[in-house]
Amino acid sequence: MTSAPPRDVDAVLLEQEEDRGGPVRTLLGSQIAGPLAALVLAIVIFALTTSTFLNADNLSLIATQSVVVGTLALGQTLIILTAGIDLSNGAIMVLAAVVIGKLATDGNPLLALAAGTAVCLVLGGLNGVLISRFSLPPFIVTLGMLSVLSAVARLYTDSQSYPIDSDLLTVLNRGPTIGGVTITYGVFLWIVLTAVLGYALTQTAWGTHVYAVGDNRAAAALTGIKVKRVLLSVYLTAAVVYAFAAWQALGRTPTADPSGYSTANLDSITAVVIGGTSLFGGRGGVVGTFIGALIVTVLANGLTQAGIDSLYQQVATGVLVVVAVAVDHFVRTRQTR
Amino acid sequence: MTEPVLQARGLTKRYGHVVAMDDCHFDLHPGEILAVIGDNGAGKSTLIKALTGAVIPDSGSISVNGVQVQFRSPLDARRAGIETVYQELGVAPALDITQNLYLGREQRRKGLLGTVFRKLDKPGMRHGSARQMADLGIRVQSIRQKVETLSGGQRQAVAVARVAAWATSVVIMDEPTAALGVRETNQVLGLIERVRENGLPVVLISHNMPNVFQVADRIHIHRLGRRIALVEPGRTTMEEVVAVMTGAKTPESLQLDGGPA
Repeated sequence: MTSAPPRDVDAVLLEQEEDRGGPVRTLLGSQIAGPLAALVLAIVIFALTTSTFLNADNLSLIATQSVVVGTLALGQTLIILTAGIDLSNGAIMVLAAVVIGKLATDGNPLLALAAGTAVCLVLGGLNGVLISRFSLPPFIVTLGMLSVLSAVARLYTDSQSYPIDSDLLTVLNRGPTIGGVTITYGVFLWIVLTAVLGYALTQTAWGTHVYAVGDNRAAAALTGIKVKRVLLSVYLTAAVVYAFAAWQALGRTPTADPSGYSTANLDSITAVVIGGTSLFGGRGGVVGTFIGALIVTVLANGLTQAGIDSLYQQVATGVLVVVAVAVDHFVRTRQTR
Repeated sequence: MTEPVLQARGLTKRYGHVVAMDDCHFDLHPGEILAVIGDNGAGKSTLIKALTGAVIPDSGSISVNGVQVQFRSPLDARRAGIETVYQELGVAPALDITQNLYLGREQRRKGLLGTVFRKLDKPGMRHGSARQMADLGIRVQSIRQKVETLSGGQRQAVAVARVAAWATSVVIMDEPTAALGVRETNQVLGLIERVRENGLPVVLISHNMPNVFQVADRIHIHRLGRRIALVEPGRTTMEEVVAVMTGAKTPESLQLDGGPA
């Protein structure tokens, strides 16, 4: 705070705008710069070291392989931004998928899809109510939910899988072929969901409140933000996203398997963290998560193409998670001193 | 005498056998900085909570600009134009200055973008916060800066700017400099004076006597749940004020000012 003669506010603002530099500098300064650089680096390395990685079919496959966990991770991002965590998102998705699968075997697939969405909303809402109204820790609530729902999915199906043959339920694994490469509707849906949630987070008051609640809950409450309502809305929004993930999953492998996707919860957290969102809340976003989910798939795919044992894929992913958390820790401690 | 902006008469609050407020009076005049001081446990915070709607008194009355009010929640007090800066830094560090100034009061774009797509009016809010910061003489590199990149004094300045922007009748500051160093404390004290110059009366709760004597126009001394004296810093000394505050001296030994104690 130096003393200088007062200047016109517009002149000051204009100067600050000019200070910001072009779009390249804005991108470099933004939170997705790190994950984006990691993704580009990984793609370049695999493109140079393998002959099969950088062809259109393989890139399309990578996108398709990313959609289920990538979609789950979008919902996970919202929750982690509020300094929460959702260990039950995979289980909610699987239960919704088997409900849809069972109802669709001798019923209307559209109604089955609606029922699956209702399942997600009820369970996500239950998480949200326990966490917001009763102030229970998200980790414990969703851990309990994970345990209960994994069992419920098997009880409901007698541990059987249901084959999916409805066009509606598998449509997300199909898509237009452009220049010989098929891009699935599921990939488009993933991109649209990312864009919609990104808009809501960065361009609306709701989004600002989500960040504020995760960043400093007490300060948010003092400014009059209805913290509990924001939290509940986040868990419900995430639940809708999980319903889309269930639909994606039914297309990817056309069976509704009650024991599938057992590590999807942790995989979604991995994508969120690698995408640069802080587990302490208030920092990050869905575009980073989109990139984070792609990084995980690119690593797995690229190492396979290079003929490296799949166990090393897990090693690489684990190292990346720790690096991402370390970077976040460094950023927060440096800036808050 | 001018009409008080914020006035309380005979406020009482009991918690079981503990009397937190005992027939307590309070007066804040237009354009003044009123310091409220008192020992720990004297009941200052209960009084402030009653004035900001966080505590509902058992009996007594509060009026704002001569109109009697009954605060049932902090929101009621805020609607009456009373805004509070809290001791703990009430800002969100990962949000930028503009987002903090408008937190909970965001403005939307006009037209369909605002009503249907709920789009924030970011340029308008940036403009408004640049003006507010300029009015209070707070200098920062950019209002797009995240609050965590600011010093402790600048952060508290953002909290004060936020409150001063929305308060229409009274700004209350609860130990605003408790967490700050000497230089930063002076910056915030300068800011408090500028808030007064811009036309808002300030209630300053503080333990720091030099600070109080530096900026306050009058000092409300609180003891055993009530106002025992109301003094002007120019007509008394810190030693005397502390003596009255701790009960070592009776208030009658001081030069009293204005209204029944």
